[in-house]
Amino acid sequence: MSLYRTELRRLGKRRFTRWATLLGLLVLGAVLVGVFFTNEKIGPDQQAAAQRQADQQYQEQVHWAEQERASCERAKAAGENQSEGRYPPDCAMIEPPPQGSVEARWFLPSTFDFRGSFEEMIVTFTAILALVGFVVGASFVGAEWSSGGMMNLLLWRPRRLTVLLTKLAALLTGLVALTVAAAAVWTAGFWLVGSLRGSTAKMTGGAWQSFALTGLRGLVLIVVAATIGFALASLGRHTAMALGGAIGLVVVGQFGVGILLSMAGTRFIEAWLLPTYALAWMRKKITLENYEACNATYYGECKPETLDLTWQHASILLAVGLVAALGAALVTMRRRDIA
Amino acid sequence: MPAVLEIEGLRKTYKSRRRGVRHALDGFDMLVEQGQVHGFLGPNGSGKTTTLRTLLGLIRPNGGRMVILGQEVPAALPAVAGQVGAIVESPQFFPHFTARDTLSLLAGAGEVPQNRVDEVLEQVGLRDRAGERVKTYSLGMKQRLAVASALLKNPKLLILDEPANGLDPGGIREMRSLTRDLAASGMTVLLSSHILGEIQLICDSVTIISLGRRVAFGPVDEVLAEHSGGGVRVRLEAATDLPRAADALTRAGVAVTAEPDHLMLAGVDKPAMVSRLLAEQGLYVSELAPVTVDLESVFLELTATAAVPGQHRQVDESTKVGGAGQPGVAGGGWGA
Repeated sequence: MSLYRTELRRLGKRRFTRWATLLGLLVLGAVLVGVFFTNEKIGPDQQAAAQRQADQQYQEQVHWAEQERASCERAKAAGENQSEGRYPPDCAMIEPPPQGSVEARWFLPSTFDFRGSFEEMIVTFTAILALVGFVVGASFVGAEWSSGGMMNLLLWRPRRLTVLLTKLAALLTGLVALTVAAAAVWTAGFWLVGSLRGSTAKMTGGAWQSFALTGLRGLVLIVVAATIGFALASLGRHTAMALGGAIGLVVVGQFGVGILLSMAGTRFIEAWLLPTYALAWMRKKITLENYEACNATYYGECKPETLDLTWQHASILLAVGLVAALGAALVTMRRRDIA
Repeated sequence: MPAVLEIEGLRKTYKSRRRGVRHALDGFDMLVEQGQVHGFLGPNGSGKTTTLRTLLGLIRPNGGRMVILGQEVPAALPAVAGQVGAIVESPQFFPHFTARDTLSLLAGAGEVPQNRVDEVLEQVGLRDRAGERVKTYSLGMKQRLAVASALLKNPKLLILDEPANGLDPGGIREMRSLTRDLAASGMTVLLSSHILGEIQLICDSVTIISLGRRVAFGPVDEVLAEHSGGGVRVRLEAATDLPRAADALTRAGVAVTAEPDHLMLAGVDKPAMVSRLLAEQGLYVSELAPVTVDLESVFLELTATAAVPGQHRQVDESTKVGGAGQPGVAGGGWGA
């Protein structure tokens, strides 16, 4: 227990932890403030203004149609060449759009609908904190290895797996505490944005439950990202191992594979890319579409071929990645000579 | 006195596909008794640090037996770690923490009362600089901090690997005094160092390692006596009598080297025999002095690491016990 408390203290004292956390929170704050200032509440004034704009645009289109029809008739009377196909054979075909075809809602300012938009905000929150968790996790153990702190610690506490797992437990405790606290502020912040710059209507118990479950999946993703960063840095005994591994994976494993599969004409290229699974995990299901294929419907429509990826598929990938990275780190920790 | 540390037949082998097999420790033995300051000497690459790391559980041995405070390690290391303070090689600390934070975190991890932090900072002379970041410290200050971290547990066995490294002359003297005080308080100190004069001054006993094997051990005086080679310097009242004296001694089976104003004898067990033999020949001795050796010369002789003009000795070129006793004996270096 004392080792655990000490590692929590060490985590909090580390400059990188503080700066990375602060940076992550600043980015979250910037998103919140940005959403606040780019949205506004829709009231009777905004509705009326939008209606005026819609009416004005409709009148412009009516006027334009009348002008075109008149031009068409003049051209026809003058016997001008119609080879360019500018006008139809019968000028009466040039008609103004039907009444109501220009909708007022098109001209409404952007507004934040809490029920409709907060789930995307949870995804954003998860992405930013997962990144913070990954680099802080990697640095927490990587810097210990490269500075010799780990060796010093093992001279005091020779049970290597206990030391590594206690460090991980302290990291995850800190990260979960940060995530829960930040999530509470994030939710309250967007509730405020909804209240002041949009709507918080239709928030039923079921909607809150859905957000809670999405948030829970986000927390799991953040914990997995931090654990994988921690495990990779411990394997390579340096923070750079985790960061280099991540960059290598993105450059080679994602861009490279994407280009290669595209050249090979592979179907559903996104199914080979990790962010797709992160999104599938957060949204419970995503549907990939292949527009090269045509599935004819009963009504003769041509629909693209689809592939559903669910959170269960993503959970297998997360579990395999977690077990492989952490398992390798533990086995190596147990066996390696520390020189 | 009971043994605080025993090592028997310790072996550590490194295997490399490219460079073959290297025996870093090849049946190494060591014995340190309670309350002693024990010097641990060896040339670079001889296996000193490997021994200490293996003892402390950082490296897994391939064979042999190690006992600390009566308990076999590494199995019992978690039980004895609280009684063993150690610094291994150069001090390494997280550069952005202060000395006080560094020690406080170690004390927390080791369940040592936090008031020990200030005690050891005072003891190593870092009290007034304890609030500064370690990255601002000189090598000598880091060394003091490392010693402080080892003392934090108030250990029964203190293992110091090159503790004087980077210290100024005053610091070296303080370290010597500290080591003596610790030993006087009942602490057993195992001291690895290349400053052989220091070892000779501080240590009660020594172990010398070369290419992974012990080449000498025991109380410092005994080790020096064993390797003095029975050397005796003889001067006569009349230097003109030196040839006659050399002849008489040679006939008596003594190895004699003639110098312009004296004779150097080797292999003399009892110097009185020389005096009697020469007196019988009517030659009177004005000086009969056993030639004393220091630890440095014994070390260089035992490990065959003395500099030879025109040659560049490589790190693995030293003596191996049980081999031919020549530099570069196979078995210690890569490729065996």
